[in-house]
Amino acid sequence: MDWDLITNSILFNPAEWEIVLNEWPRFMRGFSNTLTLFAVSVVGAFLLGAVIVNLMASRNPSVRAAGRVYVDGMRMLPFLIFAYLLYYGLPSLGIRMSAWTAGLLGLILYHAAYVAEILRGAWSQLPAGQTEAARAMGFHGPQLFLRIVLPQLVLGSAPILGNQLIYMLKDTAFLMIITVQDLTYAANSVQSMYFVPLQPFIVAIGLYWISTLAIEGLVFLVGRFARKRGLGRA
Amino acid sequence: MPDAVPALEARHISKTFGELEVLRDISLVVNPGDTISVLGPSGSGKSTMLRCLNFLETPDRGQVLLAGEPVGRRADGRLVSDKELAKSRARMGMVFQSFNLWPHFTVLQNVIEAPTKVLGLSKDEAVARAEGLLAKVGLADKRDVYPFALSGGQKQRVAIARALCMKPDVLLFDEPTSALDPELVGEVLAVMRDLAKEGMTMVVVTHEMGFARDVCDEVVFMDRGVVVEHAPPAEFFGNPKTERAQRFLSRYA
Repeated sequence: MDWDLITNSILFNPAEWEIVLNEWPRFMRGFSNTLTLFAVSVVGAFLLGAVIVNLMASRNPSVRAAGRVYVDGMRMLPFLIFAYLLYYGLPSLGIRMSAWTAGLLGLILYHAAYVAEILRGAWSQLPAGQTEAARAMGFHGPQLFLRIVLPQLVLGSAPILGNQLIYMLKDTAFLMIITVQDLTYAANSVQSMYFVPLQPFIVAIGLYWISTLAIEGLVFLVGRFARKRGLGRA
Repeated sequence: MPDAVPALEARHISKTFGELEVLRDISLVVNPGDTISVLGPSGSGKSTMLRCLNFLETPDRGQVLLAGEPVGRRADGRLVSDKELAKSRARMGMVFQSFNLWPHFTVLQNVIEAPTKVLGLSKDEAVARAEGLLAKVGLADKRDVYPFALSGGQKQRVAIARALCMKPDVLLFDEPTSALDPELVGEVLAVMRDLAKEGMTMVVVTHEMGFARDVCDEVVFMDRGVVVEHAPPAEFFGNPKTERAQRFLSRYA
């Protein structure tokens, strides 16, 4: 490897870093779009995942099967192809969405399956007595799930849920190919406008990295909350 | 004077798990203020019977009546809605062998959760009630502690306070001391003894012969899914009629 080439002409070329600096607002716009996509899809995927895990826990076998088919169906599909289908495929069936709508919908539908599967795993570890005690006191339906079951599932699976959040953050980058102007899109446009192939992506990686650290910080806080209650020692 | 309506009554309850017939034609009458203990060897069906009373297990046949009103099934045999069943259950407290406190809530939150969310009590009212009950079971100072930091006996006393906070008409106990270290059994039994003295209506599935003998108004002895004997404790312990009861008592008492 030619270290002189690397240090002199690419990484530390002030002119090329100046380009990146001048295009900083573009990066920030992309980053802010990435964070918005992430935040909305996290909330959406979590809510939908909580609904789907209830389908999978239903007393009705066909409802249970429907939940299972959805989760398995999504999980065998590469996200990139799913995003393509929503944005480029559905219009041929007469369903047209903006890139943002298609992107958000894709992230939510796709990751809800993973969230549901994570919650289902945590639910299978929850002692039956937890819900029996609640039923015996008159809880039923959504209230029982939201007050007694869901908090324990989240506390019990915080590290795995956090891992899923990191996947969700990085899957926002795929939306570039359906023209969503996220952080990766911004890096790519700076790269192609000025023919600086390295620095824009280093910036993007740095911003993804910082976001990931924030997610890990959140997981740490939830973990501490759980440990205070003797839960989620995993 | 006509007989009072029983607080809780089971009529001809049967239950099978697959091929196994766990309950066969069980009938039980619990009068207001009575404490009934249900004794019997492991696998005799006594826990299943208790769980049929609030439909944690759905009996295949038979009726449960709470103060004369059907629980779980209408007179025509159809199951009631979840919502309607929940209403009946809210009037029956239950204490479990494994405590089943909710670990994500503090002691106080455990006790006020159902009164506020199910009965719709105001938080202030529920907290006042809960503090009184925690004092009564000797755990006033543990109100802000999480369950995992409590001993088994303390957990069970919280579970009793939690059940009482609903002001239930009947309390069901499913082997409440069986998961406890021997030195912690006494503190739980003492609380139950006080409740019996105060006139709480209770059905207690237990292996504590002393409690059954000294505290209860009636003993129900079950074996292999049927009620074998049903008598006041003095009679049951002093002069058991059946050979099965005699054999059981010779092993336990």
